[in-house]
Amino acid sequence: MKVILALITLLPLAGFLFNGLGRNIWSKKFVATQATMYIFASFVLSLVAFWNIQEQGAMTAHYFDFINTSKFKIPFDLKIDALSSLFLLVITGVGTLIHLYSTAYMKEEEAPHYARYFAYLNLFIFSMLLLVLGDNYVIMFIGWEGVGLCSYLLIGYWFTNASFNYAAKKAFIMNRIGDLGFLLAIFWMIVKLGSVNYSEVLTAQSLAKLSAGDITGITLLLFVGAMGKSAQIPLFTWLPDAMAGPTPVSALIHAATMVTAGIYMITRSNLLFSHSEFTQNFIAIIGISTALLAATIAIKQNDIKKVLAYSTVSQLGYMFLGLGVGAYSGAVFHVITHAFFKALLFLGAGSVIHAMHHEQDIQKMGGLKSKLPITHITFLIGCIAIAGVPPFSGFFSKDEILAAAYEKNPVYWFLGLVGAAMTAFYMFRLYATTFLGKFRGTDDQASHLHESPAAMTLPLIILAILSAVAGAIGVPEIMGGGHWLSHQLTPIVGAPREAVLSHSTEWMLMAVSVAIAVTALLIAVLIYRKKADGVPQTSIGKFLFNKWHIDELYDLVIVNPLNRFAGFLKDMVEKVVIDGAVNGTGKLVQYSARQIRLVQNGQVGYYILFMVLGMISLFLFWFNDTAILRFFIKLTQK
Amino acid sequence: MPIQYYIFLCLTLFSIGVIGVLTRRNAIIVFMCIELMLNAVNLLLVAFSKMFHGIALQVSSATTTGIDAQVFVFFIMVVAAAEVSVGLAIIVMMYRNTHSVDINFLNRLKN
Repeated sequence: MKVILALITLLPLAGFLFNGLGRNIWSKKFVATQATMYIFASFVLSLVAFWNIQEQGAMTAHYFDFINTSKFKIPFDLKIDALSSLFLLVITGVGTLIHLYSTAYMKEEEAPHYARYFAYLNLFIFSMLLLVLGDNYVIMFIGWEGVGLCSYLLIGYWFTNASFNYAAKKAFIMNRIGDLGFLLAIFWMIVKLGSVNYSEVLTAQSLAKLSAGDITGITLLLFVGAMGKSAQIPLFTWLPDAMAGPTPVSALIHAATMVTAGIYMITRSNLLFSHSEFTQNFIAIIGISTALLAATIAIKQNDIKKVLAYSTVSQLGYMFLGLGVGAYSGAVFHVITHAFFKALLFLGAGSVIHAMHHEQDIQKMGGLKSKLPITHITFLIGCIAIAGVPPFSGFFSKDEILAAAYEKNPVYWFLGLVGAAMTAFYMFRLYATTFLGKFRGTDDQASHLHESPAAMTLPLIILAILSAVAGAIGVPEIMGGGHWLSHQLTPIVGAPREAVLSHSTEWMLMAVSVAIAVTALLIAVLIYRKKADGVPQTSIGKFLFNKWHIDELYDLVIVNPLNRFAGFLKDMVEKVVIDGAVNGTGKLVQYSARQIRLVQNGQVGYYILFMVLGMISLFLFWFNDTAILRFFIKLTQK
Repeated sequence: MPIQYYIFLCLTLFSIGVIGVLTRRNAIIVFMCIELMLNAVNLLLVAFSKMFHGIALQVSSATTTGIDAQVFVFFIMVVAAAEVSVGLAIIVMMYRNTHSVDINFLNRLKN
């Protein structure tokens, strides 16, 4: 098992090294095959590991000590339990499909860049696996930083485009703000508990050592880390910009895996979070606000990937709502289903973009239904799944979160419902505008419309099946399901709570949410069946189209003052004070040298005079004056 | 004769030498003044040597303490003679080149 765990993580790393170092040597076909095979091998081993822990329970493998001092030790341990094995399967499984998809999607790239792309992708999988497999917060942090780096590298993959580079930098910097919170939380743990291991931090004994303030502080700082990585208010603006990267990257990193790292981290630390009422409420409020804010923005976006990006932010908000109300297994459930249907939607969007020759504006699409039949069907399944129509997967996971929210506070439930309605609306607006109606692109595009190759449609089909049936792992009890997932996660998040809601209430909640979702999606289809949205005219429409002007607000409040401050430092402190001091010293030396140089006038007499004066002063210096005085007095006395 | 007289004489000779060097412009006079300083010091050496030797003789009649300075004086005189020959040669060359032995004229090193 120890070897299997090591192999699961090291295979993608080997892929990274192989493809990265050999990018000028290998052919594109070879790169594509081996990059995909590494991840696939990892997936197979993950399956093995998964079955293994089903039989033998969670296990930890110790490799070496990462840091070892007399007082404090950070071992390099990998731990596999129900939670990490599920994430493992999602990461390597969806990762394999996306690698496969990428082999066709990135075909137009030059060989070295093609290899570079796959090297980054492999490195990303490696970091992500480290993140979920690490047995302490430091290993998690290493993976955490690694995925941030890969995200940066892949967003800026087309580095010749300046605006893509800006998007990459934005993602990196915003993540860094969150990472600072995570790092501080780790330091806090080390100071208070002297350990970062899950097995020592997440125990009743360590909780006893922490004051209520400590727990709130640590959890809030951890949540700040999650905010950055999982794109929550106020650190969410990087995710829509991150769509600058290639579409499979958006599917893998910015929808299915990396952005759910925050949810993984909080679920992992649920013991701490459950003991801080304040943090939980804070998370729930941030989660639901993000869900609503992003959903409203998604309604008015015209870029196919931007809609999906805001949809991701919104769905992540739901997951955090679930975490905030204590429905940890619900949040993980939504992570898994979301990984399937959002990866599917992104890959479907990629297929559309591929067919449209890199056109991303849905206003110029329409009527693609007949031209891209497989993409159309799979995309539709994805839309139904995310809209929350039973029996597709999104319904079950979203419903579990909403039910838990209702238990905690009906207001959360109501807001969640509004968000769900908006989700159904914008997804079907996207679907109808893209696939229904008449084609609105150029004739040139129309003549080139084609279904994508098998390497792209196969992942779509597999993900579509998964999106449709993945709900089966968490069918609630009232529907006769055993809720396999929450039993799986019992060792980590505690037993599923006793049903507080009566069955009739639960049925009622479901009925309401389904009815609202279906109504919203029908309205969307009716409105956008024939025509596209166009540029919004109303003030609210413009406000939403411009993303609530949040980027501008950040520019105004943070970026510009910082720039001005930096400008002040550059022009005043740097140029006047520091340069002044340095140049002043130089000028002083030059000036005094010019003056003193006049002494050197070439007149031998002067030189001798100075020499004599020097000798006299040395004489006076060495034989201090009283001694000389006494000597002369003695001379004259005799 | 008390040692003070020698010291005063030497001081006087040395000061004349220094002042001569500082004030005169004729290279030969400057040169002579340098010799004067040199010999003032020689005189002082001999005087002190004699004094120390005299004191040592009172303790033991077979001592040589103090006479080594007189040997130094010979060395100095020999070196001075060599130096004079070189110095004079330089002055001769200088005269040949500039038709002058004025040291203030020799400020070509400047700049």
